Order: sequence, then C-alpha cells, then structure tokens
Amino acid sequence: MRTNVIEFLEATARRLPGKAAVIDARGSVTFSELLDRANGIAAAIHSRTPARNQPIAVYLPRSKECLAAFAGVLLSGNAYAPLDTKSPAARLRVLLGKLEPALIITDPGHLAELSEAGVSDDCILLDAGSTAPAKLPGRRTVDTDPAYIIHTSGSTGVPKGVVVSHRGVADYIDWARQCYGVTESDTIGSQAPFHFDNSTLDIFLCFAAGATLVLIPEEHFLFPLRLVEYLAAHSVRFIFWVPSVLASVARLDILSQTELPPLAKILFAGEVMPARCLNYWRAKYPHALFSNLYGPTEITVDCTYYIVDREFRDDEPLPIGFARPNMEVLMLDDDGRPAAEGERGEILVRGSALALGYWNDAERTAAAFVQNPLNPHFPDPVYRTGDIGYRNQRGEIMFVGRRDQQIKHLGYRIELGEIEAAAMALPEIRNACVVYDPEESRIAMFYESVRPVGAGELRKQLLAKLPKYMVPALMTALPELPQNANGKVDRVKLAAAVRERLYG
Amino acid sequence: MDELIGILQEIRPEFEFRESQDFLADGMLDSLDIVTLVAALDKRYRISIRGVEIVPENFRNLETLAALLRKYGVSA
Repeated sequence: MRTNVIEFLEATARRLPGKAAVIDARGSVTFSELLDRANGIAAAIHSRTPARNQPIAVYLPRSKECLAAFAGVLLSGNAYAPLDTKSPAARLRVLLGKLEPALIITDPGHLAELSEAGVSDDCILLDAGSTAPAKLPGRRTVDTDPAYIIHTSGSTGVPKGVVVSHRGVADYIDWARQCYGVTESDTIGSQAPFHFDNSTLDIFLCFAAGATLVLIPEEHFLFPLRLVEYLAAHSVRFIFWVPSVLASVARLDILSQTELPPLAKILFAGEVMPARCLNYWRAKYPHALFSNLYGPTEITVDCTYYIVDREFRDDEPLPIGFARPNMEVLMLDDDGRPAAEGERGEILVRGSALALGYWNDAERTAAAFVQNPLNPHFPDPVYRTGDIGYRNQRGEIMFVGRRDQQIKHLGYRIELGEIEAAAMALPEIRNACVVYDPEESRIAMFYESVRPVGAGELRKQLLAKLPKYMVPALMTALPELPQNANGKVDRVKLAAAVRERLYG
Repeated sequence: MDELIGILQEIRPEFEFRESQDFLADGMLDSLDIVTLVAALDKRYRISIRGVEIVPENFRNLETLAALLRKYGVSA
C-alpha cells in the first residue's frame, strides 16, 4: 500500500532516471532531475515551517518548475494547492483567506500579484531552483492524509477547497494505468490547467508509468491548427482533454488540413461530449481508443468510465459508463430509493476515492458527504453529486443534467449563483439572473440596473472579480426581470429567450 | 477599421487595441476571445473564416486582421 503518491515518482526516477519526464516551452527535465528539484523544494519547506498535512499553495505558471513544486510539497508531507495565476486579486484573496496555506511557493515574477491579494512576505517561499540529493529525512504520511486541495466554484461566492487523499490518487492512477495500458512509451499531451483536477491524471500517469508529459503551451489552444501541429511534432499518443477543445478542432475540420499526430488513446471528461464531435474524431482515428469519463472533483477526478465500443448517431447521448473498481454509483429517486432501470435519480458515489471533504468548511462538507441512505448500520459516507442520471438497458450510466444551478462550461464547474452574487455586489446592479446556453456554450446574464450601464462597463467590472471563464458572454439590461408563478425570477423563460436568440 | 476596433472592444473593453502591434504578446486576447472574435467576424461580415487561417500571424494586430478580412472580400 502506498502511503504517499510521491512513491510513484521515486520508483520511476530509479527505473528511468535519464528519461524525459516533463517538456514545457522552455525545455525538458528528466525523472531524476525532477526528483532532485522536488527534494530541494522539500528541504526549503522544512527549513521554513514544521507544517505537516497542511496546504502549501503553489502560485506558478504551468511549467516543469510547477510540477517540481507539487512533488516537493508531497515529499514534505503536505498537500499541494494549485492556484490559478490568472485569477483576479479579489478572488485570490477570498480563496487564500479560507485556505490559510502554511506557505505559498512562487517565483519573483508573481510576487506583486500575491501582495496585491494581501499575502504577507513571511508566507512566501521563492522557488530558487535548488536541488538536494534524494532521501531527505522525510516526514511521511499515511494513505488517508491529504495529497492535494483543488478549488471548485461555490454558490455563495466562496470557492470550496476539495481535499483529496493519497489513497484516492493512488487508487485512481493504478486503475487508469492498467485500464488504458499506459507505459513509458506513451507521450501525454497535457491540456488541463493544474488548478483543474483533470490534471491529476496527466501528472500522476507521468510519475507512475514513466510516460513523458508534454505541457502544451497555452497559446496553442487559441489556434487549433497550431495545437494539432504541436501534437504531431511531439509524437503525442495520449490525451485527456475537455470536449470543448476536441470540438474546436472538429469545428474547423483541422484534422483534414494537416499531418495527423500519432494519437492512440483519446480520453475526455469535464463536460458533455457531443456524439457529433466524437464521430468526427473517430473517423480520423478508426483504431484509437476513445473513452468518456465522469466525476466531480470530490471523488478524485473520475468515478465512471465508458470505452467507446459502438457507433452513435450525431444526436445520441454518450454513456458515462460504469463505476471504476473500488467505487460504487448509487442512483436514488426522490424518495431515496434505488431508481429502476431507465428511471432517473440523483447520482451518489461511495468508495475509496471519496475526497476527505472541503478544507476549513465543516458545514458544506456535512451537506455534501452524507451517510449512505441505503445503509444505516455502520459509517459509510457517500458524496451527493447533485447530478441526475439513469441506467440504460445495457446497464450503462447515462448523465442527464443537474438538480441545481451548477453548469459545466469549458470543463470548469461553475455555480451560476456565484456569478449572480458577484454581479449583485456591483453598485449599479439591482438584480441579476444568469443562465446557460449549452448549445452555444455561452453564459448569459440579465440584469436590472439603478442607472444605465453598458455591457462593456459591466464586463470590465466583473473581470476584476471573477475568472474570465465565468464572465457572461451576453449581458442584457431589462427594465424588470420576469417572474414565475412563485414570484421567483423566471429562469426557464430567460433560458428559452437565450436559446431562441431573442437577445444577442 | 473603427468597426473592427468596435468588435474587439466588445470582447475586451479594457484594452486599447489601436495601441498594440501584437495583441497576443500583449496578452489582450486569449483562446476564448479568439473563438468569440472569429464567431463575431463570421456573423458581422457573413463569411466563414477557415481553420487554416486561424493562426497567430492573422491575429497579431489591426493590420493583419484587416488583411485576413480582405481575403474574404471584406474591407474593414
């Protein structure tokens, strides 16, 4: 049994010391160099704090240095918390207030942003790029200790820090490595930002299997042609991406216009994959493995998987498949009883990969991680996903949608309520309602204002409070928001207005 | 050109596009913005910009964007 997921990297550094572990825009690092750098960081952490099992935030751009910092935090016996370096200072301040990290690892280029967010100097650890020989006097962990904390959107405006254990990650990676046959001959083309939990698979498959991890420079996601050319240039075989990136390639039919990269395994998760997009990719890669995965951050990246084994019409929904080993998916109807085949129910998940809870937030932890309603006899926590699904005739789980106002946009989980809260905190806004149009992947906001204010001005103000991907693409002022029979804002009507393009 | 600037400023109101020679290096457009911009240009000028044209060289500044639109018979 692994008690710390750093053991993956230690074993690979012994087995394949000179092999390239990570490639970024500025060069590459071998497995043994990566481990030496991680040891240097762990030594620096130890010299600064006695912390153990505490969050250590990493505020670095997506790079091999950032990965060395994660590994160093794990070696020090703490949990890494990746922060988005593009987050507005106001949101960073709120997040750090809740996280209370023992230290924040950053580089000189990012000090000003952190001090703008109210971070004091004695909390900063500058990554000096120093190395130390392997095997420091380690402060080791047990498998139920936290490995990382990743933040997700919260409806009240305060992001939730999901605490994931070493056991959760180790279990997930052991399964994925075997299920998808990942070895050191696979090169992984990494898309997920590190503050998004899809990155867990990329990072730890690299550490565990010895696969080289290629951090695709962010600017390539602006230009799908460049992205595909980059995959070909690096002979990428394995990708785990959000469907919207795969769709950007499909929409422009890029795969017909340039050399095909040697992709063999194409995995996706984070939002609904349209069958039309899958069919486009499958036509170009008839021999590749395609897999649709599903899972909220609270259950260590993914708890179900489906390996595409048949044809789908363009308008047919794809299954999210079956629970992976050591996990169980329950589907309960409104009365809390198991839903029959074909009947809809809320998706609840139990098993080894359940997160430990939300950091510093007993209340929201207790609301989401509950006792298994089917088992009153012994402690048996399940996570209520808030997602609705059903089982089809083949026994596969199908995803239907959400119970509440949460959406998946560009792979990010977003509470529409968080956007509304940010908008209503602006002095000009009296009332706001945010809806999502999944067809066009756009967030739309309707608002009542106290004085006339343009969409451009509002957008500017919201960009200072919310990450870019949460700022509505469409903003429409209304003299009064429509109400439904209960006197609540009529979301259904507004969502229909967006779909039917009455606005924008 | 004013119309083009107007379209860009709808997307990123906080930037002065006239003053930059390289929107990408200056961090004025990200991947979401490019998608939004292409959709806006397609819609406004009733064109369909091809995938192979969506490359950094065409999105550097106002001149390169205007040159791209000229290929589709649009004088912006």
